Amino acid sequence: MDTQTMTKPAAENGTKSAKMSARGVKVFYGEKRALHGIDVDIYENEVLALIGPSGCGKSTFLRTLNRMNDTIDICRVEGLITLDGADIYDPKLDVVQLRARVGMVFQKPNPFPKSIYENIIYGPKLHGLATKKDEFDAIVEQSLKRAGLWNEVKDRLMEPGTGLSGGQQQRLCIARAVAVSPEVILMDEPCSALDPIATAHIEELIDELRENFTIVIVTHNMQQAARVSQRTAFFHLGDLVEVGNTEEIFTNPRDERTQGYITGRYG
Amino acid sequence: MAAEHTVKAFEQELRRLSNLISQMGGVAEAQVEAAVQAVARRDVDLAGRVLQADSQLDEYERQIEQEAVRMLALRQPMGVDLREVLAALKISADLERTGDYAANSAKRSIALAQLPAVRPASAIPRMGRLVQEMLKDVLDAYVDRDVEKAVAAWHRDEELDDLYTSLFREVLTYMMEDPRNITPCTHLLFIAKNLERAGDHATNIAETVHFLVVGQPLTGARPKGDKSSFAVVAPEPAADLPAGP
Repeated sequence: MDTQTMTKPAAENGTKSAKMSARGVKVFYGEKRALHGIDVDIYENEVLALIGPSGCGKSTFLRTLNRMNDTIDICRVEGLITLDGADIYDPKLDVVQLRARVGMVFQKPNPFPKSIYENIIYGPKLHGLATKKDEFDAIVEQSLKRAGLWNEVKDRLMEPGTGLSGGQQQRLCIARAVAVSPEVILMDEPCSALDPIATAHIEELIDELRENFTIVIVTHNMQQAARVSQRTAFFHLGDLVEVGNTEEIFTNPRDERTQGYITGRYG
Repeated sequence: MAAEHTVKAFEQELRRLSNLISQMGGVAEAQVEAAVQAVARRDVDLAGRVLQADSQLDEYERQIEQEAVRMLALRQPMGVDLREVLAALKISADLERTGDYAANSAKRSIALAQLPAVRPASAIPRMGRLVQEMLKDVLDAYVDRDVEKAVAAWHRDEELDDLYTSLFREVLTYMMEDPRNITPCTHLLFIAKNLERAGDHATNIAETVHFLVVGQPLTGARPKGDKSSFAVVAPEPAADLPAGP
């Protein structure tokens, strides 16, 4: 890991505090370079949307933020990524602890084949966040409330999570991510398998979660990026082309490639 | 404009919207020109034709609004496309209002034609020409996406305001000279005001073109030259000042 000075990327200014920062992040799958040096700050209590065509590296970048790429043998990450200023690729760092602080929600809802209750307490149990039954009960209630699911499932907490509708399952996964009190939540196309109503629930939820968490979301749906995020980053062929206020990106992007992509002129 | 849209129909719709604006602009230009002619030549028939043709502009505005709303709802345009649709909406409103000013001037020219001619009327064609040039320039700037041309036209509004201010003073003097001038001079004053307002709408269009192309509002206050709001003309002709040495 190279040590680099933490200078702000040229395109960014302002005085907001960065929860996470990436500097010169390169990712290789074997010989192939998937990311060519990404510089971006992720601000606290903000939603950052990552957009771009398939294969542009946005999901790869998302996965570097909680070291999900570690699970892929041929994957190599260079550059510096920090969480509250500390290098998350520090060899001394406990990856399990990191993933408790930087949680993740995936494209397809993937509840464990266990009860709703078990789904929620799995993480807190693993991380030793609670020991007594009433502590776990409180975590379950709070997490489900935060995920906007409590009222729908409070009377059937012992039923299997897989029995819920797709949208409910995704909110259960968000509740599960929230249960370990992470600081950052990564979402990889969390609504792509959901209908418009379930999507609206998740989007509303993302907006509420922003109060307590920092969120990075990958989405193919540009309207969704426009609706849920405060800042948007456009990736193209492994480069971060442009990052800025969402309003600016969708009304007056600086780069020709961003313009082409958001207006549907992308070859 | 950048490369073509992947969705061809969207590309065609944007082009159609832009064409509608160009056509509407052509009609608005012609209306202003005809209205000024009607005043200058005391041509009642021409004035009647201007009044009749005004509904065309209303129809264009309705059509453009309909297209724009449909595109906003169905295409959810972004970036330059969004600005394109917003610009069409704004420009059509400016052109419609320009047409109203032309029609009102034509209406007043009919009244003027029934009254003895007054001298300040000769300033109207000059104002008219300037408005037409501004309108033509901003519409060309729209078609060519030419920001410099738009900004140049924007600055010419000052000239128009100066013409209006001096006409205003002249007209007041005439009214004081002879009360029989009051009726024609009042109509003239309103016609001049119509042209001055039409110029303001041309500057609006220049601002919209700037926003459309650059994505940022045209900043920096335009010099306001219309000083007629503060003008006072003394009822007695000012005493002749001794000639300078």
